[in-house]
Amino acid sequence: MNALLAVIRRDLRLALRQGSDSMMVVAFFVLTVVLFPFGVGPESGILERVAAGVLWVTALLASMLSLDRLFQTDYEDGSLDLLTMAPMPLSVVVLGKVAAHWLTTGLPLILAAPVLAVLLNMNNEGFGVLIAAMLVGTPTLSLIGAVGAALVLGARRGGVLLSLLVLPLYVPVLIFGVSAIDAAVMGMEYRAQLLIMGAMLLVSLALCPWATGAALRQAVE
Amino acid sequence: MTAPEPSVRPEPAASPLFEGRGLTCIRGERVVFTGLDFTLAPGEALLLLGPNGSGKSSFLRLLAGLIRPAAGALTWDGAPVRDEREDHGARSRYIGHLDAVKPVLSVAENISFWVRTWAPDTRDVAAAVQRGLECFAMDRLADVPGKMLSAGQKRRVNLARLVAAPAPLWLLDEPTTALDKASIKVLEACVAEHRAAGGMVALSTHSDIDLPGARTFHMDDFAADTSGAWDALDAEWEAAQA
Repeated sequence: MNALLAVIRRDLRLALRQGSDSMMVVAFFVLTVVLFPFGVGPESGILERVAAGVLWVTALLASMLSLDRLFQTDYEDGSLDLLTMAPMPLSVVVLGKVAAHWLTTGLPLILAAPVLAVLLNMNNEGFGVLIAAMLVGTPTLSLIGAVGAALVLGARRGGVLLSLLVLPLYVPVLIFGVSAIDAAVMGMEYRAQLLIMGAMLLVSLALCPWATGAALRQAVE
Repeated sequence: MTAPEPSVRPEPAASPLFEGRGLTCIRGERVVFTGLDFTLAPGEALLLLGPNGSGKSSFLRLLAGLIRPAAGALTWDGAPVRDEREDHGARSRYIGHLDAVKPVLSVAENISFWVRTWAPDTRDVAAAVQRGLECFAMDRLADVPGKMLSAGQKRRVNLARLVAAPAPLWLLDEPTTALDKASIKVLEACVAEHRAAGGMVALSTHSDIDLPGARTFHMDDFAADTSGAWDALDAEWEAAQA
């Protein structure tokens, strides 16, 4: 447990001192969403209709931006060798790194999302569900992304490969995330979608750290 | 240049604790070494010699559990290492070519992270870090960020982990790279003290390092004998040319 906290604290400290990564993710999110009113025109009916989808798709892309750095720097400077040798299950190390990644990229996205929802003229009923869905959905994105990031370690042009690997796996989160918000906006029941997203989070919480650990062992070998 | 002295082989003081039998390592499609046997008892040291590419680093990574042997068995006190990966991590310290020093963390923060992950039971982490820093004369630089360090200083930070988070088995891959003479002396003293306390060391080097009573391994002796195969290929090629 202490070791898990040590990993989280170290990665948070690294992210805060380097700073650029999480700023970049949020800036990308904001800028891309702001482009949509220019692209589809300022007509409020259309924007309102696509708001949930735009927010989620952009959030998926933004959270993928920082993924390739998740293990890359540790891999390059030799820290990964030492982390895989640490006297704790490798999945605990992975969990710590993913938690830190979510805190520095997922959480800022959730904070920015409601502001952008106003910009897209989203119906007021959708706001609470938007935040709830992102709270359950973005950790799943970080967990799935970690598997991809570990698999492409050491590959040239890993960033492109990573998006090919990870984006298809993001689709379920996207579908249920958007449909929960749409349901809330139309005044329908949205609990089921949120529960399914919760289930996806639990499944990936169980499987992804283990799979990432296996991929990391392969990478250092 | 003086002739190398014959390596001294004292009788092992205790029964071997760490043991390998018939180890084979394959990297890519090349057999790096094969049929390698070794034993390490408390207080013993293994000195690995050999030209570049002879498998010193691969052997040390194999001992660290980072590479799985293609054949053969690695045992600690009779139990196979691959079944108890985490225990093996707790009892071994590996120093590789890369120093794992984070540029934006200070020297003390770098070491304290490794103390926390590797020796989670350490009561006083700050004192352990201080001990490591003092040993390698880095205590003046404790607050300096990693990016300001020279190559030799980074190496000393890396070595300070050995002292800050003690463990019975040290696996040192060319630890003297980038070190000045004074630091090499310190390292020799550290290794001697470690062995006197019952620790074990496996160390690869190209430069002179004083390891009294260490067993010397020439990695070339375990290279797979492929010369016959090459001769056959050469003959075939010449025949094809003719």
